[in-house]
Amino acid sequence: MDETADFSLSCPVPIARYPKVLLAHGGGGRLMRQLIEKMVVPAFGSEALGELHDGAELELSGAVLEPGARLAFTTDSFVVSPLFFPGGDIGVLAVNGTVNDLAMCGARPLYLSAALILEEGLPMETLWRVLRSMKQAADKAGVVVVTGDTKVVEHGKGDGLFITTAGIGVIGPGRAMSPSRVRAGDLILLNGDVGRHGVAIMSVREGLQFESVIESDTAPLADLVTAMLDSRAEVHCLRDLTRGGLVSALNEIAGSLGRGRPGSQGLGIVIDEGEIPVREDVEGACELLGLDPLYVANEGRFVAFVAPQDARRVLDVMRAHPLGREARIIGQVVESHAGQVVMKTRVGTNRVVDMLSGEQLPRIC
Amino acid sequence: MCLGIPGKILSIADDGLRTGKVSFGGIVKDVCLAYVPEAGVGDYVIVHVGFAISKVDEEEAKKVFELLEEMGELAEAGGQGP
Amino acid sequence: MKFLEEYRDPEAARRMVQAIRRATTRPWTIMEVCGGQTHNLIRFGIDELLPEAITLVHGPGCPVCVTPVEIIDEALEIASGKDGRPVVFCSFGDMLRVPGSRKDLLAVRAEGADVRVVYSPLDALRLAVEAPEREVVFFAVGFETTAPATAMAVFRARELGVRNFSILVAHVRVPPALETILSSPRSRVQGFLAAGHVCTVMGYEEYEPIAERYRVPIVVTGFEPLDLLQGIYMCVRQLEEGRAEVENQYARAVRREGNVPARQLIEKVFEVVPRRWRGLGTIADSGLRLRPAYREFDAEHRFSLSYVSEEGPSECIGGLVLQGLNRPHECPAFGKRCTPEHPLGAPMVSAEGACAAYYRYRRP
Repeated sequence: MDETADFSLSCPVPIARYPKVLLAHGGGGRLMRQLIEKMVVPAFGSEALGELHDGAELELSGAVLEPGARLAFTTDSFVVSPLFFPGGDIGVLAVNGTVNDLAMCGARPLYLSAALILEEGLPMETLWRVLRSMKQAADKAGVVVVTGDTKVVEHGKGDGLFITTAGIGVIGPGRAMSPSRVRAGDLILLNGDVGRHGVAIMSVREGLQFESVIESDTAPLADLVTAMLDSRAEVHCLRDLTRGGLVSALNEIAGSLGRGRPGSQGLGIVIDEGEIPVREDVEGACELLGLDPLYVANEGRFVAFVAPQDARRVLDVMRAHPLGREARIIGQVVESHAGQVVMKTRVGTNRVVDMLSGEQLPRIC
Repeated sequence: MCLGIPGKILSIADDGLRTGKVSFGGIVKDVCLAYVPEAGVGDYVIVHVGFAISKVDEEEAKKVFELLEEMGELAEAGGQGP
Repeated sequence: MKFLEEYRDPEAARRMVQAIRRATTRPWTIMEVCGGQTHNLIRFGIDELLPEAITLVHGPGCPVCVTPVEIIDEALEIASGKDGRPVVFCSFGDMLRVPGSRKDLLAVRAEGADVRVVYSPLDALRLAVEAPEREVVFFAVGFETTAPATAMAVFRARELGVRNFSILVAHVRVPPALETILSSPRSRVQGFLAAGHVCTVMGYEEYEPIAERYRVPIVVTGFEPLDLLQGIYMCVRQLEEGRAEVENQYARAVRREGNVPARQLIEKVFEVVPRRWRGLGTIADSGLRLRPAYREFDAEHRFSLSYVSEEGPSECIGGLVLQGLNRPHECPAFGKRCTPEHPLGAPMVSAEGACAAYYRYRRP
């Protein structure tokens, strides 16, 4: 987030009367209507939402109707704790996460839905802040929230606030992305340093302070991806590096490479640890907590699998964009060790880097 | 066993327990300094589970590189081993 | 980061490997005692740099791996709050997935127990001060490196008059385990890399009689690639020259007498007792327990624990792995019936368990 949330607009629900969310706010009666009309609709301010209909009617025009265009449709749930963290909050994540999933399909994101599950007792002010930042994130990503839902659960049955967003985007002709399109020799490009989001969240949980604040890298990636695809380069596959970090995403892709191609023995991935940027403070936090930054979550990072003859050009496009300044070529697809990711370590040896078994826990040994 | 990370002492306070702010590559954590009474601001300490367990001896830290230098010269003088 | 990066320099590592190659004229088997070293050896792929003649075997230096199942079961019982008091059970992240006889701490947490991951025992003490209506219990695992932190938490609890704080002690001491391994007639170990951070606290005087009695070189070694390689180099030099001394590769952190104030507080708060190790059996003088003066902070004393567990038969050969008699992939279950997702034994659970390290960082 490059700007702080705008709180000059104070919360329109009479806070004095209902400073906290009540079960009744999800009960289908007057209070619920008031919450939606006075808070949710003004926050998002989209025409479609204002209808308060059971669903949104969406115009089909322009790019959607182009011959060969396809729709991309995705959904994602957000259960982050704490709700607010350096560089963002659950609302920004809920918008960017779904926008990025669409972008990774090669789609231009258009419309989102937002379903809120509120815990009884959630401060109205908190809800308002989150809705405002969702709106800001949507504006920044060029998408509109057109439909949604609100439920309230009893105190103790939620973590303050859960959000589920779904999104629709349009994939231009010939822009479909998939691991099945990846070929031996493809170069793997990464758009910047890794591990920041996970460390930003953990810093709040673990009481780490910073000389310089480590902010989440959450960002909408669709604009950068569009620029890459507009360069007419041969981009085969995109994947964002969320939970489980870089290595988990690469393992997912390695696992499905070369499947179903007749005569194919399957492909593997090699990466070079020395080429993967990690900020020093992120490295420090990971050393301290015994975590591996290559497995730590990101919210604004992705890898692109690009045909070797186009890799340089795509790298230049990425570096010309604010979200790709530190882009690097970190590895390649090879015709050996099928389904595995092998990393050249900092001391020059090779080893397999595997999926994690579960979540990474801070460790002492 | 026993993850221990070197960090630099930025400041020291004492309210019943000697505690300091220690920086690990820019990330700062409160660390108990009770076991390193000889360490002061600017010193590096090895930290395990929130406790400094040793002050890093900067002279000793260089020795491995000095050894490598010597060995390099020896190897050149004596030819390559197997 | 200063004092880390420079010890990961590929060029320096390459030169140290050359030195090892030059020094090695016949096969040697060296044990790195410490799980943290096992983890880094494999994480950085150092084992593949070494000459064929050098065999590294992995020792029992992983507190997660050696904590016996009955203590895990006690932890589970306390955490699930069976005796009616609301309990906050605090543990390092390492212990959450270690199997007791029936489940692990993550499963108990899923059933509603308040199990929290802490970074330091002082965090657990702070929780106790902030929530006087709850019993806060800290799971004190670890070797001599971690014991001073626990000792300080108990000492401070006494100073501050905190009544709702206790610890479940599973601290173990390294030297008795070394002796156990060395005195086994099947032992193949010819030289040891001693654990740098344990020695940071305890010093290495204790190791001198061991080196002498068993005629083995012991090199106190750090954790970064260059440290490990230099430790191996020093050990090989001793073996080749027929020496059996204690040497200190990790002198930037370790002094012969260790950390005196830390040792004094361990001595004040804990006493030495026999302790059962998972896979090794009971070892005399290898455990720590709170002294009678601090008994009120002992969770075993505070909670009436009923359950006695038994380790059932299992095809896990963890015990042999922890003694360096077998390597992980020599176990019939390795990678097939035993994986980090479905561990049969602790060495497959911990980040520094030898089996997990072998599984995770296996070579292409």
